[in-house]
Amino acid sequence: MKILVCISHVPDTTSRISFTDNNTKFDTKGVQFIIGPYDDYALARAIELKESTGATVTVLNVGLAETEPTIRKALAIGADDAIRVDAEPVDSFFVATQIAAQAKAETYDLILMGRESIDYNSGVVHALVGAMLNVPAVSPVMKLDLDGNTVKMVREIEGGQEQVEAQLPLIAGCQEPIAEWKIPNMRGIMSARTKPLKVVPHVAADGGVKLIRYELPPPKGAVKLISPDNVQELVHLLKTEAKVL
Amino acid sequence: MHVLVFVESNEGKVKKTSHEAVAYAAALGGSVTALAIGRVEGDELTALGKFGASKVLHADDDRLTQEVIQAYAHVIVQAIEQTGADVLVLANSSLGTPIAAQVAATIDASLATNVVALPDTTSGFSVKRGIYSGKAYCWVELTKPKKVIAIRKNAAEAAGEGGAAAVEAFKPQIRDEDFRIKVTGTEKASGEVLLPEAEIIVSGGRGMKGPEHWGILEELARELGAATGCSKPVSDMGWRPHHEHVGQTGVKVSPQLYIAVGISGAIQHLAGVNTSKYIVVINKDPDAPFFKAADYGIVGDAFEVLPRLTEAIKAAKG
Repeated sequence: MKILVCISHVPDTTSRISFTDNNTKFDTKGVQFIIGPYDDYALARAIELKESTGATVTVLNVGLAETEPTIRKALAIGADDAIRVDAEPVDSFFVATQIAAQAKAETYDLILMGRESIDYNSGVVHALVGAMLNVPAVSPVMKLDLDGNTVKMVREIEGGQEQVEAQLPLIAGCQEPIAEWKIPNMRGIMSARTKPLKVVPHVAADGGVKLIRYELPPPKGAVKLISPDNVQELVHLLKTEAKVL
Repeated sequence: MHVLVFVESNEGKVKKTSHEAVAYAAALGGSVTALAIGRVEGDELTALGKFGASKVLHADDDRLTQEVIQAYAHVIVQAIEQTGADVLVLANSSLGTPIAAQVAATIDASLATNVVALPDTTSGFSVKRGIYSGKAYCWVELTKPKKVIAIRKNAAEAAGEGGAAAVEAFKPQIRDEDFRIKVTGTEKASGEVLLPEAEIIVSGGRGMKGPEHWGILEELARELGAATGCSKPVSDMGWRPHHEHVGQTGVKVSPQLYIAVGISGAIQHLAGVNTSKYIVVINKDPDAPFFKAADYGIVGDAFEVLPRLTEAIKAAKG
């Protein structure tokens, strides 16, 4: 069995976000980049499946050369080889087109990725790849088990969850608690240096989405502190000032 | 311009975010057709006229009672073809977002999800999206003739003065290949306010000290008609179900009022709540970072403050 895990290269969740060039460029100064947290869950589940079924795991990232340390980390966690599609991941449609092109060139039984990237937050790459390849896509998946060719999953929905089933090949957008994040060990880190990392050119794709500018939320005013002995004051303010009760 | 709106329902009632989607579509200035799929109460559908729908298509087929993404997307594509719609508006949700992607890929449309405000059409057609998990926004121009827009809660106000909309049965073609994903079971909190839809949320963190103490938080929520949420450590420790986890890697919420109890306010939690209109923080620690993001704060013990607050709200209601 062949598994493809698509990973994003994103700012650490604790990063403060700022922009340069008149709010048209992300400011990378002082920002540490990581494997997208949701993608990390997908990768961890893929490694578990590799251990239990002997599957091979390929990681794919759409990014420029600066993402290679992130890709090497995925190899250190246990992926067998990697593909970097050499391009700036401008939007979901572009990224999905690249993944679909790679998946057409080399067929995979299971394509896993995070439910969304934590930078662009579109949450649609898995569904777009599914539509492009005519393969069913499920997201957000909290549990994924193989039973022969059948994939049994638990999908989160608003206010609950549902059990879903499909046949391979399949695409899944993953989230916790599908697997525990894996931390690379020393042997993994050493072997990651020599594992194959193929750099391929991108294919043309126009999703018809053009960035105009970035914007930060307006700063909050100072907090109004209320005495714990006078909660009536809070109720009064919520009613008359905030008008939310 | 002709806009089609896919409206979602829960237990036969149209969801509030879908009312907002219809209002969003109406604000674009063209004619608006709403499309409902599956079992939805008839008066819920005619009531969509109030928010600006001139017509409602209802695809009620036995095979569509379960929310199967591929099947629903195919029904919507057929409704777009039939109505000649240029724009599809729907809710950014576990159902709406993947449908948006399927439809956009099928009809070659510009796609924007996580949209938080009405578009700017002064030059071209630009929408504002939430990015960096609630920490920032971007304006993007949708350049293709067809557009698919998935809106977050509060992107438009669910208000309007329209009358009743005419409801028409819609009989789409349904293909077997759309059911390759089978839903074999659903577990859903029934009769409760769904977290992403809630106008008021009462959320608890580690400061609640254990799942056995959630009663006082739920009592406050009940008094307010609020949904309950929690921080990541609380869902990680299994005190509360995962679907209640609010934050960067959980549910992102935009209520009118978010009350955080015993949550310190890590940047990852704030990312999930910072589009709330008002934030109240109750925490023992005066240095909790959440106070910096709050409108109102009480430095105090949750176990004393919560019951008092519940009583005060009861009293204020009279």
